[in-house]
Amino acid sequence: MAYEVDGQEIATDEEGYITNLGEWTPELGAVIAKAEEVDMTDEHWAVVNFLRDYYEEYQIAPAVRVLIKSIKKSMGPEVGNNKYMYELFPYGPAKQACKIAGLPKPTGCV
Amino acid sequence: MATLHTVNKSPFATQALLSCLGHAKAGDTVLMIEDGVYGGASGTGLAEAVAGLGGAVTLAVLEPDMKARGIAASRLMDGVKTVDYAGFVELAASHDRTQAWL
Amino acid sequence: MTDGVKKFLYVNRKAPYGTIYALESLEVVLIGAAFDLDVSLAFLDDGVFQLVKSQDTKEIGVKNFSPTFRALGDYEVTKLYVEKESLAERGLTAEDLQEITYEDEDDDYAEKPSLIFVSRAEMADVMGDQDVVLSF
Repeated sequence: MAYEVDGQEIATDEEGYITNLGEWTPELGAVIAKAEEVDMTDEHWAVVNFLRDYYEEYQIAPAVRVLIKSIKKSMGPEVGNNKYMYELFPYGPAKQACKIAGLPKPTGCV
Repeated sequence: MATLHTVNKSPFATQALLSCLGHAKAGDTVLMIEDGVYGGASGTGLAEAVAGLGGAVTLAVLEPDMKARGIAASRLMDGVKTVDYAGFVELAASHDRTQAWL
Repeated sequence: MTDGVKKFLYVNRKAPYGTIYALESLEVVLIGAAFDLDVSLAFLDDGVFQLVKSQDTKEIGVKNFSPTFRALGDYEVTKLYVEKESLAERGLTAEDLQEITYEDEDDDYAEKPSLIFVSRAEMADVMGDQDVVLSF
């Protein structure tokens, strides 16, 4: 499968994760979110941006519990809890948010 | 008739570099690549042995492999050259044969 | 050995990039961190090369995974034993290694060093104190 942004085709793997991380833009993130049927709010973007920053610094996407712990620390317990994160990203905050953020599937996520 | 020798294993993990240096002849070049680049560093427990056996051969390390492993050029032993990929090709072309020490 | 949480030690003895062992070990550590275990990492022999700072893999077309060691604290992996003799034999000192820290939740998130420098004899004691030792 592939996404399309401004007439440009962006290649993905069979699960819809983009194959070239360098091709990601916020516009592409919005296109992926639409395909995932996720209505992006500021909180969604905050999680996506956190994931991108984490990957930039450590070269991995964090595991779900690491993500939630960090979001709790930076955005407070109202957002940084399991239930709310799954409301934001019904198919899993790490798995689905990483896809929208243009990152590989988190290690240990099968 | 000169030979280009390549060594791709850490000298701390196998005897390949020391054996290679023991068999290399005057005029040969020993190019350390991949984990072999650790053999070019100064101040190690093996530096003296490498320098002693090196003698009449030219020692070189492949720069991209050196950078990948965080070895600064300033840490190389005296007389060890760095080459890039194009330099590797030139060495292969300018020697009569290439021998890999795996 | 003891009741309760099992002690797991991952032993790293290979240089990065030349073989896949170092990266595989790190991935197993990250996956294994989901379980309730008392995890430690040991770096000895060529394994100490994994922690060297300023690694730049752009030109060899391989992912530089050394920054990932700095994420281990988030996974509650906070004990990275480094053997002093292995460093010395390779002409390295503690200053040649990247700084790795963790935030201690029980101490107001104070940043503490994860690297623990030990002698060969002390490393032997660390190894002898484990329930499970995994070698890479």
